[in-house]
This record gives sequence, C-alpha cells and structure tokens, in this order.
Amino acid sequence: MSISSQLLQYIFTGIAIGSIYGMVALGFNIIYNATGIINLAQGEFVMLGGMIMISLTNVLKLPMVLGFFISVGIVTLIGAGFERGAIHPLKNPSVLTLIIITIAGSILFKGGAMFIWGKQTYSLPPFSSGSSVRIMGAYLSPQTLWILGIMVAVMAALVFFFNFTIIGKAMKACAVNKTAAALVGINVKLMVLFSFALSAAIGAVAGIIITPVALMDYDRGTMLAIKGFAAAVLGGLGSNIGAVIAGFIIGLIESVSAGFISSGYKDAIALLVLLLVLFLKPSGIMGSLEGKKFKK
Amino acid sequence: MLKVRNLKSFYGYLQALRGVSIHVEEGEIVALIGANGAGKTTLLNSIAGIISSKKGQILFKDKDITHFPPQQIVKQGISLVPEGRQLFTPLSVMDNLILGAYQRYKRKNKDNIEADLDRVFHFFPILKERRKQLAGTLSGGEQQMLAIARALMSKPKLLLLDEPSMGLAPKVVKEIFRIILELQKEGTTIFLVEQNAKMALGIANRGYVIETGRIVIQGSSQELLGNKEIRRAYLGRGYKKVWE
Repeated sequence: MSISSQLLQYIFTGIAIGSIYGMVALGFNIIYNATGIINLAQGEFVMLGGMIMISLTNVLKLPMVLGFFISVGIVTLIGAGFERGAIHPLKNPSVLTLIIITIAGSILFKGGAMFIWGKQTYSLPPFSSGSSVRIMGAYLSPQTLWILGIMVAVMAALVFFFNFTIIGKAMKACAVNKTAAALVGINVKLMVLFSFALSAAIGAVAGIIITPVALMDYDRGTMLAIKGFAAAVLGGLGSNIGAVIAGFIIGLIESVSAGFISSGYKDAIALLVLLLVLFLKPSGIMGSLEGKKFKK
Repeated sequence: MLKVRNLKSFYGYLQALRGVSIHVEEGEIVALIGANGAGKTTLLNSIAGIISSKKGQILFKDKDITHFPPQQIVKQGISLVPEGRQLFTPLSVMDNLILGAYQRYKRKNKDNIEADLDRVFHFFPILKERRKQLAGTLSGGEQQMLAIARALMSKPKLLLLDEPSMGLAPKVVKEIFRIILELQKEGTTIFLVEQNAKMALGIANRGYVIETGRIVIQGSSQELLGNKEIRRAYLGRGYKKVWE
C-alpha cells in the first residue's frame, strides 16, 4: 500500500471512530445544557447500547432493526431511571455532588454489565453484508457508511427536535435561563429527565453502530467517555455543531497517529488534545461563538 | 382574587419578608412601592413560586397555592414578568412568545395561540417586525415589551410586573404604562412593583408601601400620593436633598 492510500485508509477509520466520539460528545452536551453537569456515566450508555444489542440479536435472535430499537429503548429507560433514582431526589444539590453521583452511576453500570455479560469481548455482524468498496487503494467498509449516515441522521433529528418542537425549545429554554423557563410554566425537572433519556438514547445508538467494527465489552465505556469528553471540550461545551466537528478531529488525529506513529499512543494523543485545548482555548472551537455571547 | 396572608420568605437563614399581607381584587391595578432591598421582588418571586422557602399563606381564587411549583402557578393563571426581563436571549422573539404559551401547547390547545400572537402583536407592533430577530439583540425597551408579551401568552388572569420601568427611557416607560392600563381595561388584573412610585401610583387603583420586609402603609392611590410619609418611605432619609 502506498503512503497516500494508507493515509486514506486511516482517514476512513478516523471518520468512523470520530462519528462515535461526536455522538458521545452530543450526549455530554445535552445533559450539560440542561443541568450544568458532566454526566460521567455517558460512556456506560454507549457500552450498554452495544451489549444489549448483542444479547438481543445474537442470543435472542431478534432481527437487526427490531433489536436496534429495543436496545435504544431499554438504554433510554435506564438513563431516565438513573435520573429519577439518583439525580431527581436531591434537593438543591451542588454541581460537584451531581458529577460524583454520575461517577458512582458509571461504576455501577460497569459492574452490572460485568456481572451480566462477563469479561468477554463480543461482536456483532455488520448491518449490511456488502463487501468493502475500494477507493484509491483504501477500503471503505459499508459499516463506516452506516456509522456516518446514522450519525448524520441523529444530528438532523436533534436539530429538528431543538428548533421545531415545543419540548425541544423548552429544553433549550432551560439551558438558557432556568428561572425564566420555570416562569413560563416549563417543568424544569422534567426537562432534566428528558435530557438524561435523550443522551442515553444517543449513547445507545453510538454503541450499537460501533460494535461491528470495534467490538464491545463491559469496560469499553470509560475510554469512549474520555474521548467523547475531549471532543465536547474541544468543540466547546454545549455546542452541538462543535461536538460533531471536534469528534471528527479527534477521531482523525487518533487514527492517523495510530497508523503512522504507533497504535499504543492513540489514547494518549486524544488526552493530549484535551490538555492542549484546556491550556490554550478552554472555551473550545465553537464555545465562545454560541454560548458566551448571550449567556451571563 | 389574590390574598397573601402573613407571608414570611427566607433566603437560607436570612428572612426577607417579615409577615406580609396584601390582597388584589379582580380588575384592579395594585402597586407595591418601596426602596431597594425592601422585599418587593422577594414578594413577587414568592407568589410566583420561585422562592420555595416560605411560611404563611397565598390564596388565589380561594385556592391555597403557597407551596405550588412555578409551573403549577402559571397553570392557575398567574404570570410574572421578572426583574431584569429574563428573556431567552439566544432564541428568536417568536420562540420566546411561543414558549410563553408553553402550558397550552402541552395541553394541545394550539388553535387559539395564533389569536394570542395577534393580540400581543396588537399591543406591541414592534415585536411583530422583530419576530425573527434574536431576543438578545433587541433594545432595552423592546426587551421589556417582549418580557410582558411573553407573560401575556400564557393568558394570565393576574399579571405580576417587577419594575417594568427599570433602565428605560421616559418615553418608553410611558408607552409601557399606557399598555398596562389597556391590559386592565381588557380584564387583566395587575400587581405592579415599582421604584418609580409616582408613575406606579398614577395608574394604580390602590397601593402598598413595603419597608424592610413589612407593609407599612396601604391605601388608595390618591391617599398615598398625598401622604408625606410615602415620600420618606420610598426615597429614604436623604429625600430633601433630592427634591429640594
């Protein structure tokens, strides 16, 4: 393989993995906007999505599409249950308390997953069975296209939801000004519940579509959460467009450096990006543009 | 319509209201005046449910709403135009108005929302022109109008206004007070909090004066405007220097 086709190959991989990071970052953003907290259990939603899908399709032999929607549904309920059980009952909790609770949630989910599925790594068949397309010496697998397509669909659905539905607008209103939201009659606590459900759903989708290329085990969530968090910060916390762009940037940096330098360093490089952003431009690439302009 | 009995509100251990009793009858404009920190905003926020740490009783149409959350209070027909407007600044004027009608949207009462939009655009024609603009890009006066319009979108029976004149040019203040009078004629009851006592008592039927968390004087607007104590109450001790 020539250098250029190698590079192209790494770019394809980077786009696939970057879509996943972007979706994890979207999940972070939705909860951050509604509550001001970083939900560190976000990666576990991704892992649960993949694991439940594996059980439904490999063990229960459900068809792919049905399994997909049931898995997303179950993880959405888990996300909502987590909010009702652990976040909702607290009266005037501090942000730090809430973040620590999400760490506890993450450990709990991880432990539960290990208990149910054990420590093995599982796989899923790709969504469609076509063979890879060869472009300039690099192979583009159909699953990469699925990942990209589903990511775009999720993004489009989110844009529609937040701009054209009353519940979406109400969630946005909560993010902008909670007091004002309460004053127009929006139930702010209910919006927090929705935000957990929604980001759990997005996490589950990410987990399901990545499993055929990256495999899944009980411990996969943490690293995905860290990379997704790096993407959220790089994109500017709260900015959804920023999250997707930053997801691609981190995915590409990671896969190119894994290819040309060493795959052993790929995790370190994502964290290095995170550190650099925090040192040089803590507001992220889109953060100052969208959020700071109007927020107090 | 609204009865507040011996209301005590707290910020943590700090008591901001020390037993306030007021009442507002249907169709009235009632003004509450007082200096900075007297408890005006606290009283409104307590009625609207934003301050939950309180003792005493708030009755609206003989229903005890003291411990209702804000969204329930909006549902009962009370809407607050908060201090500092509290708009959804990164959202468009139209979205702000639609969110004002959120409760009815949720209950699938969408049909008459168009009519309500027309109604608020009739009061505030400038907002119709600006409906696609982001709320944060409006001028101060327009933002205040949007804040009132947003509150009207929930079709309140009782409108609570927190210092609608704050930071605005005299001409804009006049315009806003004219609209408040118009709203009263249309049947909305209004409870108005102001530092600009002359303006407020000029349009109100009755008034209360609040000082350090207590109602100290009450009466009809004429009585209050003629009362020398009032000047002392809302201007504080140095009023002579200001007025004479």
